[in-house]
Amino acid sequence: MRAGGEDLEFEPADLVRAYVITKGRELPDEQQLSLITLVTAAPQDGRRPARLTPEEQRLLDICSAGYLSVAEVAGHTRLPLGVVRIVLAALTEGGHLMTRPPVPRARNADKDLLEEVLNGLHRKFG
Amino acid sequence: MGFTASSDDRLTTDDYVSGGAAQTAVKILVVGHFAVGKTTFIGSISEIEPLSTEETMTQAAEAVDDLKGVRGKTTTTVALDFGRLTLSERVVLYLFGTPGQTRFVQMWEDMARGALGALILVDPERLADSFPVIDLIEQYGLDYAIAVNHFDGNPERAERALREALDLLDETPVVTCDARNEKSSAAALTTLVRYLLDRAS
Repeated sequence: MRAGGEDLEFEPADLVRAYVITKGRELPDEQQLSLITLVTAAPQDGRRPARLTPEEQRLLDICSAGYLSVAEVAGHTRLPLGVVRIVLAALTEGGHLMTRPPVPRARNADKDLLEEVLNGLHRKFG
Repeated sequence: MGFTASSDDRLTTDDYVSGGAAQTAVKILVVGHFAVGKTTFIGSISEIEPLSTEETMTQAAEAVDDLKGVRGKTTTTVALDFGRLTLSERVVLYLFGTPGQTRFVQMWEDMARGALGALILVDPERLADSFPVIDLIEQYGLDYAIAVNHFDGNPERAERALREALDLLDETPVVTCDARNEKSSAAALTTLVRYLLDRAS
């Protein structure tokens, strides 16, 4: 638990400027890499992908053992969310990463999902 | 400042979403004013140690292309705390604790987009502090329930006063909860989801 409670605001003391890590790329399409888009490393046929930046490699490593949400990748790496989204987008473009975006909101889909959520909560917490 | 000391990126199997490729991720926002208990709430029911991620906000008015980065550049870092609940082999629920500051428009758009709904935590002693958050949630068109944290007193009278003070619709659920308690937090969340389901039917 952090000392000061919630909603901390501070100026980050980055060693590397964010635009260096992202190679000046722009933010990807929000739907493709939303906070809760699930990502995992694509199968690599046993060989390591070449020519990745250290950050790309680091994020790919984290995604290599299963699915994580984009927010979780940011949380575990402590990189700013915007940076994580850009690097993940580059990895996706390069075929190194598979993404599973959330289903777009629609009434019917919502209803099924909400039922699933409700049943899940009951199962889990009684 | 975070919850985990895993700056070395080593994750265990439990960190990953079980069910992987078959999972659909959904999110619910847990919102409220400063120090109302959002992080505590999420921590009490999350299956993972709550994580924190930062979004860097640049003030739009000062978005000057100044590569020296010294003059007139104002950035603020907003921390989002979140947790996860794997509810079945098909659905994994993320809970995002969202700060109530109205000025973070971009962040709010990110957060609200695709959210199933919002649970608004309120402190009965600081009701006025909840107005801006409720306004934002309504502005983004999210359905919500109110969870009264730090509750200590007569529930019925409190609910009536609170409904009036917050100008709630009759159907908006109001529950009391102790954000430190897993069952109590889960009950509040269940109330919200049942309401969302009613609204979707």
